[in-house]
Parts: sequence; structure tokens; C-alpha cells
Amino acid sequence: MPLEMIVGAWVATGLTLLIFSFLYKDNPLFKLAEHLYVGVSVGYVIVKTYDTVIVHLVVKPIVENGEIALLIPVAIGMLMLTRYVPKAAWMSRYAFAFIVGMGAGLAIPRTVSSFILKQVEDTIRPLLSMTGSDGVTFSMNLLNPASHLNAIIIFIGVSSVLFYFFFSIEHSGVGKAVARTGILFLMISFGAGFGYTVMARMSLLIGRLTDLIEFSDTSYGRPTVWLSLLTVGALFLLARRGREQPPDIH
Amino acid sequence: MIFLRRQLPLLITLVTGLLFAAQYYVPHPASEQMLTSATKWLQIVGGFALILGVTSLFHQHAVKIRRQEAGWGYSLVLYVGMLGTIAVGLWTNGKESVEGTMTAFGWIYNYMMVPLQGTMFAILAFFIASAAYRSFRAKSREAAVLLVAAVIVMMGRVPLGEYLIPLSGDVSSWILNVLNSSVRRAILIGVSLGAVALSFKIIFGVERSYLGGGKE
Repeated sequence: MPLEMIVGAWVATGLTLLIFSFLYKDNPLFKLAEHLYVGVSVGYVIVKTYDTVIVHLVVKPIVENGEIALLIPVAIGMLMLTRYVPKAAWMSRYAFAFIVGMGAGLAIPRTVSSFILKQVEDTIRPLLSMTGSDGVTFSMNLLNPASHLNAIIIFIGVSSVLFYFFFSIEHSGVGKAVARTGILFLMISFGAGFGYTVMARMSLLIGRLTDLIEFSDTSYGRPTVWLSLLTVGALFLLARRGREQPPDIH
Repeated sequence: MIFLRRQLPLLITLVTGLLFAAQYYVPHPASEQMLTSATKWLQIVGGFALILGVTSLFHQHAVKIRRQEAGWGYSLVLYVGMLGTIAVGLWTNGKESVEGTMTAFGWIYNYMMVPLQGTMFAILAFFIASAAYRSFRAKSREAAVLLVAAVIVMMGRVPLGEYLIPLSGDVSSWILNVLNSSVRRAILIGVSLGAVALSFKIIFGVERSYLGGGKE
């Protein structure tokens, strides 16, 4: 087994156990791992951004292809840093104006097309497909998301939820019934979302536990066993020290 | 001066906004080229935005260390983790592996970032479960519907659930593909309408909060 894998197993196991120690209570071991996580993640993002943006989008195209125009976004980006000079901070507005204006401009037609018209089309079109050249057809198979029955249910769901969030009309009479149907759909969706999230987290937990079981092997030097003992011992000592010292009320 | 400080940024927003909104409706190679370049420009400017965020983090923890405030040791750990990762990343040119061999940067990613991130999200499973215990009591009809949907979806996602309730897999798929997707579609339409309205407000200078405060 290569040395870097053995060291890696010890480090990964140690960090996993430090985070899991939070299940006992908030403690210095968890805080240590938490801050290390933030530090490593930020460092990783900085390196990746440097590699993607500075090296591959700015330096290489300018040096190798002579794309001098790329100095313009660099200059706009530099304007952002004027935020640190109080007298020149207003110049950063140019950079924000450029980004926000461009983002808004790009968003309008694409959002209207993909997220509004396309969604409305996908809700209505299956209903229209019920009437064809050979008369009216209707499929009742609930397990097929493309069936006509499901198309009607989706149409009712979309309309009632949209109506529920439409406050320009008072929700009374028929409107109240439609709004309540919308609430029912929303609750089912929230429940489904919750159940799905729980199972996704469980899957991550299983992944971490699988790693811990794998790293309890003798080929790695049993880091799971030794580091578990060490973590429990450290938590015990910290708890004892906490009992001996009076709480700081200031 | 008021023109440079307040009106010119609004003009830039108006021009870029209208230009890129119009670009979508111009099916010409030059228009496509403009979009490609602009996307690249946006990425470059966004890279500088990261500098703003990171320097703020640097500053906040540097102050904590300098003043030796409570928990300054953790800030030191954060600094060591960040600077160490940056140093190793630059040394390996930001590559996790070279010709199939893991680099030191790849080692940090595989043996530090992945376990830390995975465990951090995994412990949420416990907190979600305890939150569910507190909030999932079927106090009303709506709460009961939420509870039943959650249980069916959870049961339908694991073999044991499908073994105990044979229909749970199919019902779970139906809930996710039909009922859930109809709600998501409605919410997407609503959110998109709001986003479009906000974009128009930004382009025409009604919404100006992105410019920040200041006297002018």
C-alpha cells in the first residue's frame, strides 16, 4: 500500500471523526475540523479560480493568441477592488453595473423562454394530445408520467399552486377550493422534498461509514479504531476540564 | 461628478442590459460570438469578485488573531488550511492528477476536502431526523399530508422500504414525477416571472441597491 494512501486514510478518518464528535455536543475538536474545512475549501476555490480564470482565460489567450481585448474585463474587474479605497470606491459601481446589467439582459429572454413559456407549453401540450386524427384517446396509467391522467393532475397542480400565490383575487368560494388544492399539492411536494433530502443525507452518511469500515483494516494500520479511541479520550478530557473550570459568565 | 458617480453606472446597466437582451433575438454568427466573449468576460470579472470575498475573510480572521480574541486559534487553523492548500495548488498548477498519478493537490482534495464535506453534510441527517420528530406531528390535515408524503418517499428510496411496503417504490416515483414536478413547475414559473420583473427594474434603473450606498 503506498504511503500517501495510508497517511490519507489516517487524515480522512481523523477529520471524519472530529466532525462526527459534534453529535455528542459542540466541542473544540469539531470547531478545529470546521475551520480547517473552511480554510481548505476557500484555498481550493482560490486555486481553481486562479487556474481557470487568470491562467486559462486571461494570461494564455493574451500571451499565446494576442487577445488584447481581454484586458478590458481585467480592467473592469480591477475597478471592483477600488472598494478598498474610500475616495475611489464609487468607481467599483462601473464593474457592478456591467455585471448586473449583463446578467439582467441575459436573464430576461432566456428565463421567459425556458422557465415560463416552455413550462406552460409542457403543461398544456399533453392535454391537447388527447384529441388526434383518430378521435379522443385517454391513457389512465398512473405509473407513466406521460399518461393523460397524469397530464390532467399536473395541470391541476400547476394551476392551483399558481392560484394560491396569486393574491390579487380574494380566495373565497371556488377560489378558496382551488387555493386549498394548491396547498395540498404544496404539502405533498414539501414532504417529498424532505424525504428525498433525508435519504440523500443518509446516502452520504453510509458513504462516510463505509470509508470508516474500510480504514479499520490492518493494511491501513487500523486508523478507525485508534483514532476513535483518541477522539473519545479527548472528548472525555475536555468534558472533565469543562467541569473543573467554572463557566465564564462575562 | 454626479454624472460619473451615479448616472454613468445606470447608463452602463441600461446599455449592457438592452444589448444582451436583444442579442438573444439576433441569430447571426457575430451575435453568437458576442455572447461567447461576454460570457468569458463575465467569468473574468467574477474572478475579481472572489478577491473581494476572500480578502474580507482574510481580514476578519487576521483581526481575530492579532487581537487574540476568543477562538483565535481556530482562525489560525483556517489560515494554515487555506494558505497550505493555495501553496500546494499553485505548486501543482491546480491539477489533481497528472497522467493518472494523484498530485499533492489531489491528495488534499481526496483525503481532506471530500471527507470533511461529506461528513459535514452527513451529520445533517441526524439533525433533520430530530427536526422531523419535533415538527412532523400530524397536528392538521396539511401536516398529515406532508408526513405521509415524506414517509412514502423515504420508504420508496430504500430496498427495505420496498420490501415492507411493496407499492412504496411506484407511489414514491409517482409523487416525485407527477405531484412534485407540478409544484416545482408552478414555483419555477412564479419565480421566473419575479426574476424577469426584477431584471426590467434593474435595467431601467428602478432598482439601484446593487450600486451600494454612499452620499452620491
